Amino acid sequence: MSDIQPVIAAHNLSVDYRLNKVWLNAVRDITLHINPLQIHGLVGESGSGKSTLALALMNYLAANGRISSGEVLLEGDDLTQKSVNEMRQIWGSKISLVPQDALSSLNPSYTIGNQIAEVFQHHAKTRINTRQLVIDMLRRVGIADPEVVAQRYPHQLSGGMQQRVTIAMALITQPRLLVLDEPTTALDVTTQAVILDLFRDLIRDHNAAGLYVSHDLGVVAQLCDDVTVMYAGEIMESASVETLFKRPTHPYTAGLLASLPKPTQDTETRLPTMPGVQPSLADRPAGCVFAPRCPIALQLCADQKPALEIMRDGHTIRCHRWREIDAGEISPLHDIDEKITSERPPDIDYIMTAEGMHKYFDENTLWDRITRRKDRYVHAVDDADLRIRARSTLGLVGESGSGKTTLARIIVGLETADSGKMHLLEKSLANHLSARSRDLLRELQMVFQNPNDTLNPYHTVGQALARTIRRLSDKPISKQQVQERVIDLLKSVRLSADYADRYPEELSGGEKQRVAIARAFAANPALVVADEPTSALDVSVQAVILNLLKDLRAQEGASYLLISHDLAAVAYLADWIAVMYLGQIVEVGDTEDVYDAPSHPYTEALVSAIPEPDPTLKRKQIRLDGDIPSARNIPPGCRFHTRCPRYLGDICKTKAPPWRDAGDGHLIRCHIEIDELIRLQSAEEAGTV
Amino acid sequence: MARFILRRLLLLLVTLFVTSMIVFALTQLLPGDVARLILGREAGEQALINLRAELGLNDPIPVQYIKWLSGFIVGDWGVAFGPGRPEILPLVAERLGNSLRLAFFALALSIPLGILLGLAAGLKPGGIIDGIVSIFSLSVVGLPEFVTGLVLINIFAIQLDILPASASTTEANLIEWIRRLLLPAITATLVLLGYIARMTRAGVIDEMRKPYVRMATLKGLPRRTIIFKHVLRNALLPTITIIAISFGWLIGGIVIIESVFSYNGIGRLIIDAVGRKDIPLLQAVVMVVVVFYALASLVADLLYAALNPRIRLE
Repeated sequence: MSDIQPVIAAHNLSVDYRLNKVWLNAVRDITLHINPLQIHGLVGESGSGKSTLALALMNYLAANGRISSGEVLLEGDDLTQKSVNEMRQIWGSKISLVPQDALSSLNPSYTIGNQIAEVFQHHAKTRINTRQLVIDMLRRVGIADPEVVAQRYPHQLSGGMQQRVTIAMALITQPRLLVLDEPTTALDVTTQAVILDLFRDLIRDHNAAGLYVSHDLGVVAQLCDDVTVMYAGEIMESASVETLFKRPTHPYTAGLLASLPKPTQDTETRLPTMPGVQPSLADRPAGCVFAPRCPIALQLCADQKPALEIMRDGHTIRCHRWREIDAGEISPLHDIDEKITSERPPDIDYIMTAEGMHKYFDENTLWDRITRRKDRYVHAVDDADLRIRARSTLGLVGESGSGKTTLARIIVGLETADSGKMHLLEKSLANHLSARSRDLLRELQMVFQNPNDTLNPYHTVGQALARTIRRLSDKPISKQQVQERVIDLLKSVRLSADYADRYPEELSGGEKQRVAIARAFAANPALVVADEPTSALDVSVQAVILNLLKDLRAQEGASYLLISHDLAAVAYLADWIAVMYLGQIVEVGDTEDVYDAPSHPYTEALVSAIPEPDPTLKRKQIRLDGDIPSARNIPPGCRFHTRCPRYLGDICKTKAPPWRDAGDGHLIRCHIEIDELIRLQSAEEAGTV
Repeated sequence: MARFILRRLLLLLVTLFVTSMIVFALTQLLPGDVARLILGREAGEQALINLRAELGLNDPIPVQYIKWLSGFIVGDWGVAFGPGRPEILPLVAERLGNSLRLAFFALALSIPLGILLGLAAGLKPGGIIDGIVSIFSLSVVGLPEFVTGLVLINIFAIQLDILPASASTTEANLIEWIRRLLLPAITATLVLLGYIARMTRAGVIDEMRKPYVRMATLKGLPRRTIIFKHVLRNALLPTITIIAISFGWLIGGIVIIESVFSYNGIGRLIIDAVGRKDIPLLQAVVMVVVVFYALASLVADLLYAALNPRIRLE
């Protein structure tokens, strides 16, 4: 084992940042190595220092950063001793980066081919025509028409294609180490699944090693060989994926894994959460950095930093009490709260219905109108129906571009539908916001994806809530009453009363989202539309918000329409699921029914693409070809036929599929009959497991 | 790209058409009887009537407009009212030549210098060069051109006596020509330099923060490739617009500089025409300035699109 030379190895590496004229420790005492052909996962929440560490391993630091101690060996060669000019020989040739945001990492003004060729030409010190080389590389990363793509500019490609281009750019010089910095975070699950397959194959083929930085434990479980968990700039635990996911020992690792929503969980179980938030650079604890949030912290933990110890071969940990945990004497988890019990169970009556909703975006310019060109419309929502039961949650899922967000915005009135009928509480809900009565407005509230953008930075939390309370109140309300209601709302989202005087910038992302939720509940709405309410948040914070949404539903008796690309979170919260593709609903049913056979081939592919945080789980793998077609150019017949793995033949191309009833309100829009779907899908499941 | 150019050209024609109407309408609003302006206060009633008929002043306004516009398009610009009633076209052409010479000279100085200073400042915001550029450009922008112009004349023409104070010249000698135009060009440059430098600086700072710059560094590219190939091309996009506006200003808007250096450019011609209520001349000169403004922004748009595929390939 030890005679293999690691591709990259860090010993006692520490990185500091200079902030307000003080050097602060960002990453401390890191020791890790990656062997050839291995993919090493680096996981942590935002602020854990994982990206800083990844860049420090490339000896690339921000202008205010420095490596304060330790060494980084690239095949035995210490990078920390090298100047920037020496590093330029190594960057892009021996170590390559695949960045998080592919579009902004590509220069908008040069063609794809130019930007890939330039790396090769620079490092090979040649001006030779690299065209063929670039085209071969593009083909290897799965681009079907590389000659065309090489001539394109970054903005002309889809997100998945852009990411493939950065991969081609990283690999063309045959680097030894590939640093992958959250390269799939911005992608849809279906695209992510394809890109992850690609990484696995390419790293093997190129005999390289990979460092995969991610906050997504599921992706790491599916892709990596080893994992290092970081918290507040330090390694908490490091082990092989099998060990780490099966037997997490460190209380932070265990807590993080436990807080992930699992599709199989019943809807009354609360997710285990960790109290508190990750400390900022300036106020990291002197002892164990995790002690303030740790359920089993002792006085020793607050006083003294634990060392990074080797538990057994390949498994290291930084915890004073690992021996007790390992022996099974204590549990590293917080006690799970009791179940959520709702006084009034979900109703079968619908509180909200939407029928035949249409929304076209007119893309015709004045010029098009003058020249009478063919009309250009984006069919964002095209004949979609939706029904939401009282006191229940409907999850609306689909890839980006499926129209799910537009449909949600139509319901709350942020977009005006071109046609369709909506009812809320058996009253007609006008498509146009201005035609809606205040009573109906009160019953319908929205929680947005990014809490940073939804709170006015110049209003305190109390002012923001008070304004909503006054605006939505049906009768004059005294200052006293408003203040009481503000405090009540804060309490209901587990924030103390003194938050009323704080400004948004004084709150963490999770706290801001709680305020946004409190605001949505200010007038006891019947329906809350939540558009990706947790996707901007860290895993441990997400669990808190998901629990909160569940509690509020039980207490207030509201219904939710939950829009999300995160199928695990949807499954945890939703009673019913509607799957959307290119502006239409293709499947609707009880959550469990939708996740199991029979399901629409699209749903089947979506579910199969979820990266499960369990490395031993081997499932059927369905990969969708290509990207979701543009809503400007909707395929005829079944809209999914261009990508469908269960494509039947001409009928799918020419005829719109019928709704098929699988019982209990489970409907599937497909040409394949229900019995046949069950046969196909369960046969395959049995075959691959 | 061809479609883009065609569209822009059509747009340009529409713009010019609309502005020609505005120019014509505004000159109609100027007070005074044109015939009396030409013939003077003592002219007899019959002479006035005859002249009005001859000039077409009795026609309805739209007819006058169409006559004027078609005349302008085919180059029949008529005669000015001024002394000797000179032909307008050669007069404007001569003045336009002067203005263009000064404009190109000033731009040849201010564009490279402004971009270089802006780049140096933007690569190290808060550094020494940045400080100097900021202080310099802010203080110069604040000064009126007649102050900088007179200060320059005082130093170079009077104290040092190495450059002429008057820019007007009939000499074809290139050296002499440059000597005479140097001071007004520097005066204009001092005004423009600050704008160009600050615009470039902002563009460079903006672009340097973008992830593609970090990506280029981590591709191992040398710093000069990153700056000159990757950053500068994108950073200069906003600057192009500023330069186009500056060109328009140099053609029609530097009356003060032309006066200070007694230079016969378009700006002074406009002032003369206004002062004499010389309506045909005024209409022609203003239209010429408008055409050059429009052409400059067309060139800027095309250049912008050529450098920016996101626009070009839309």
